[in-house]
Amino acid sequence: MSVRRPLPRWADIVLLPAINLAMAFLISGMVVLMIGENPLEAVQVILYGAFGYGDGVGYTLYYATNFVFAGLAFAIAAHAGLFNIGGNGQAYVAGLGAILVGLALDQTHWLIVMPLAMLAAGAVGGFWALIPGYLQAKRGSHVVITTIMFNFIAAALMVYMVNRVLKPNNTMAPESETLDVMGRVPQLREFIPYFGYSPVNLTIVVAVAFLVLAYILIWHTKLGYQLRTLGQNPVASKYAGMSNSRLIMIAMTLSGACAGMIAINEVMGVQHRLVLDFVADAGFVGIAVALIGRNHPIGIGLAAILFGALYQGGQELQFVIPAVTREMIEVIQALIILFTGAMEGLFRPALERGFVLLSLEQKAEATARATVDSES
Amino acid sequence: MSINKTLRKGLAALAGGVAVTTLMAGTALADPAIIYDLGGKFDKSFNEAAYNGAEAWAAETGGNYLDFELQNDAQREQALRRFASQGANPIVMAGFSWTAALEAVAPEFPETNFVVIDTVVDQPNVQSILFDEHTGSFLVGALAAMKSETGTVAFVGGMDVPLIHKFYCGYAQGAKHVDEGATVIENYTGTTPAAWNDPVTAGELTQAAIDNDADVIFAAAGGSGIGVLQTAADAGVYSIGVDSNQNYLHPGSVLTSMVKRVDTAVQTAFNEAGDDATFQPGLLMLGLAEDGVGFAVDENNESEISAEQMAELEALEEQIIAGEIEVHDYTTDGSCPV
Amino acid sequence: MSEQTTNTQRPDPAAAPSGDNGDWAIELEKINKSFGPVHANKDIDLKVKRGTIHGIVGENGAGKSTLMSILYGFYTADSGTIRVNGVPHAITDSRHALALGIGMVHQHFMLVDNMTVLENVVLGAEDSPLLNKTLAHARSQLVELGREYSLEVDPDALIENISVGQQQRVEILKALFRGADTLILDEPTGVLTPAEADHLFRVLETLRAEGKTVILITHKLREIMAITDEVSVMRGGEMVETLKTSETNPEELAELMVGRRVLLRVEKEPANPGDIVLEVENLSVTDRMGVQRVKSVSFSVRAGEIVGIAGVAGNGQTELLEAISGIADPTSGVVKIKGKPLDIRGDDGAARARRAGMAHVPEDRHRMGLVTTFEEWENSILGYETYPDYGKGMILDIAAAQKEAQRRIEMFDIRPDNIRLRTANFSGGNQQKIVLAREMDRELEVLVVGQPTRGVDIGAIEFIHKQIIKMRDAGKAVLLVSVELDEIRSLSDRILVMFDGHIVGEADPETANESELGMMMAGMNQKEAAQ
Repeated sequence: MSVRRPLPRWADIVLLPAINLAMAFLISGMVVLMIGENPLEAVQVILYGAFGYGDGVGYTLYYATNFVFAGLAFAIAAHAGLFNIGGNGQAYVAGLGAILVGLALDQTHWLIVMPLAMLAAGAVGGFWALIPGYLQAKRGSHVVITTIMFNFIAAALMVYMVNRVLKPNNTMAPESETLDVMGRVPQLREFIPYFGYSPVNLTIVVAVAFLVLAYILIWHTKLGYQLRTLGQNPVASKYAGMSNSRLIMIAMTLSGACAGMIAINEVMGVQHRLVLDFVADAGFVGIAVALIGRNHPIGIGLAAILFGALYQGGQELQFVIPAVTREMIEVIQALIILFTGAMEGLFRPALERGFVLLSLEQKAEATARATVDSES
Repeated sequence: MSINKTLRKGLAALAGGVAVTTLMAGTALADPAIIYDLGGKFDKSFNEAAYNGAEAWAAETGGNYLDFELQNDAQREQALRRFASQGANPIVMAGFSWTAALEAVAPEFPETNFVVIDTVVDQPNVQSILFDEHTGSFLVGALAAMKSETGTVAFVGGMDVPLIHKFYCGYAQGAKHVDEGATVIENYTGTTPAAWNDPVTAGELTQAAIDNDADVIFAAAGGSGIGVLQTAADAGVYSIGVDSNQNYLHPGSVLTSMVKRVDTAVQTAFNEAGDDATFQPGLLMLGLAEDGVGFAVDENNESEISAEQMAELEALEEQIIAGEIEVHDYTTDGSCPV
Repeated sequence: MSEQTTNTQRPDPAAAPSGDNGDWAIELEKINKSFGPVHANKDIDLKVKRGTIHGIVGENGAGKSTLMSILYGFYTADSGTIRVNGVPHAITDSRHALALGIGMVHQHFMLVDNMTVLENVVLGAEDSPLLNKTLAHARSQLVELGREYSLEVDPDALIENISVGQQQRVEILKALFRGADTLILDEPTGVLTPAEADHLFRVLETLRAEGKTVILITHKLREIMAITDEVSVMRGGEMVETLKTSETNPEELAELMVGRRVLLRVEKEPANPGDIVLEVENLSVTDRMGVQRVKSVSFSVRAGEIVGIAGVAGNGQTELLEAISGIADPTSGVVKIKGKPLDIRGDDGAARARRAGMAHVPEDRHRMGLVTTFEEWENSILGYETYPDYGKGMILDIAAAQKEAQRRIEMFDIRPDNIRLRTANFSGGNQQKIVLAREMDRELEVLVVGQPTRGVDIGAIEFIHKQIIKMRDAGKAVLLVSVELDEIRSLSDRILVMFDGHIVGEADPETANESELGMMMAGMNQKEAAQ
């Protein structure tokens, strides 16, 4: 063992994730090299695909919208010490709330439909997370297990609902009826032609608002303080007289409601109907987004854009370099999750040692100055 | 590779910030393109059948084709526009989820021909191909009831979606047509796309059906079906394959296969739809008459089907084609009469 | 003189009587170490004679632990020389230190809970890829070591199932097993019961008799006086003085440590008890395992009175405190403040107790009283965060909370003076002051204090004791629980003795003699003890 001290905050938030990302790209590059393609060209294609033209930017932002909600959902629960892996299922069932409001308010302006759909999606998503929360708080069933199980229950429920309840007759596809044009959340391209055909829509404004709200919730409200206390030291929160069980249920509900906003983006803004598996695993990507973003809204915002870019750039890559298959793209995405999430601490010891060396030098300078001062 | 070069050209055009749509739409590359649905190219089922058709076309003509595997629903329109802008023609889509995307994109590219399988899009430049899965399933259901000694037959579906209910409904009608008192056990391997490739669960469902006296099991489960056929063979009962002819897998145990020629449809589309002279927009129903669906008889199973049974099946087939027997299509009203 | 148990050859300690110039086990010369701007060790010189017990005292932050970490290879000194048995070494890591015969027993044990004693001892010292062989070999060595130094532990017991005292033995055995000749013990008695501490000292004496060298880091002067041969005092990163223990006294050491005269005894006026404030009636508590820990306890505390609960750790004091303060639900019984029963049951009972005027300084500040990852000001509102002082609605008035925290930092002389510093970076004494400031600096009726000076340095102890007396003199009812009998005796106006969940007796601190209290603490009732 050698000298170890906690990293300075900026290094923890910026430098370490950057190194992890660089490692992930390096290894991905080797994978690309192995199949006989030029990794630099691949990076170029990804960057161009994600940020190079309006459609690409639009898609990147559209994906990022989902990832912001999913990342925040994970982070809110994580601040309370809860590992909510059920964001995917919560977002999925939230689609029910969104579509039912959307279909019920046929021929209604979106300015009315959207807030109501948000409430409904948030309520359903929140409820879906509240059940594991209740089981954790009152019965001690670990949320990791129950939320995973609730993902499966959500999938089964939604297949049933879409196939047997919401599906209009005479269609082959398992999907609900399509929303009226009036009630759809407008896509940004309607105002900004730059975005081409991309599906990025006004939900992204909600996502940004949620980032701000989450920041306020976690660091500027009494509830946020209590959630953080619970997350950092549940014995201390009990000592303080906070009701741990109540806080667990609140945290899970907020988390699920946040995940539910994915349904607004997908159902109200993009697909305009409820399709099977519309979440497309965004809930799981959210875990990686929150891990990279250190559960901080700013970090989550940036990480969401990173993953949005990877999704969109990856799609571009598949078109431009056909040898890079869908599976290969998934490998690259998985590598990034691996390095930034699961093996997040890989470079921490080395970095910490490096910083100690640095600080030693700084200290030497400081002593030198102090000596000069005292002598003068 | 030439595809690569063209694509890079396309990319360069995009980089130039030009309105690519108008620039590229007219230039017919005539390379066909296929877009697979979310299950992925090698899903051992529908997408793979489409892939096989495309490969067969490439082997036959020596031509190139473009393909793309979707990762999520939002990529549907994106992929369509992408291929259309690059001048691919025709663009073939396999899967029932394409309706909305194609309805949006087809009018933007009037010069491009689109072929969509398993759903209907009413546009002048779109050919929609549907299969009469229910009639083919009716026939194998009838055969199942003829061969069953217990009066109980079973159905193991893949993902629990309307298309598979359509298979089930036809199958059940066929079985009841032959034996009014027949019991039909209905099961699905799952509710996610993973259900198409879960032979273990399929095998367990099959065993459960066998334990409940079923002695003919129809597997309409994509890649999962292998588990059905295997379990049935091990238990010494009959199974029925699906999509392609699977009779050879367990000769003597696989009673027949309900073939649905997605591969042929793709191959034909690649051959014909690229050229406006041979392209036939509108709805194409591939049923018993067109050999789009049917039951497979070959050297592996001919000994299992007696001459009378064969005659009865052929009679049923003719009656269906002639409209004398009307097989209810589940997807028209979301319900099954039996 | 018995034979050496370690396999390495060392000079025979008997051959070189202590005091001989050539017989230093450890020599540190001009050791310097800085962390950023903090100069933790300044030109430290230290010589430790072989075959002696050498005490190192100093307040938290004096640089004791840093110095020992340098010796043990955790840190590398910025400059200076280390000589082991007269030979200079640049100790690079703890493996290196071990190879040189230096072993360390940390304050927080480094044991794997779900492994056996034997496995823990062997961990990291496997001499063969096949574990069985190593274990068999180690087992006989372990038993022999245990017998020799009266460090018997069941080699097959799981760590999680043995007492803290036994865990410490395992740590010592680990060091001896690896061939340590010089043993560094960092605050070894902090977690031990008095009996366990006595046993430990006997072990250390045996080690000394066997020619081993022991370096004992502590801030308990009584231990220094009782067992060491020499004592070095550190203060502010510097070595102040090294003395022969027989030639010094606690007062002198305390003065050297703190840099000023320190009152080791608490000065207080006689109590002036008023009305009954806190009443506990027939309180019983059953823990999660279904064991009854508090058995129908009744007592009361008056305004302006300190009632101390004495007892050996683990006799229900912790559960009693947690039940009274609303953290754990009692199975039966009532707690009243000024005659009004408290609703302390349920998940948030502690909040209701607090609102009724009960402030609680918990026994374990790390586990319960603080969120160590929080900034200082955040801990300054823990338990009171919903109070209107910190914002009327849902929004937390951070400015108000920080302002108050800043005021408390000055009032309680909390160092460093930085409300934005993570709480974990404060020393134990300052952390305790953060808790005390939070609980005392408000309107309250009852102050419940558990182990107020556990792991706190001498300077802070004096301050904390003064604060508790001040609360009493302000007319508050104070309930004090401590396993330090000295503390109970010097602070309390009335002593209750707890044993096995019962209050077994009451004593007047002025008149009660130690043996009487000790016998009550061992479970004899008052009459028996008095005889």
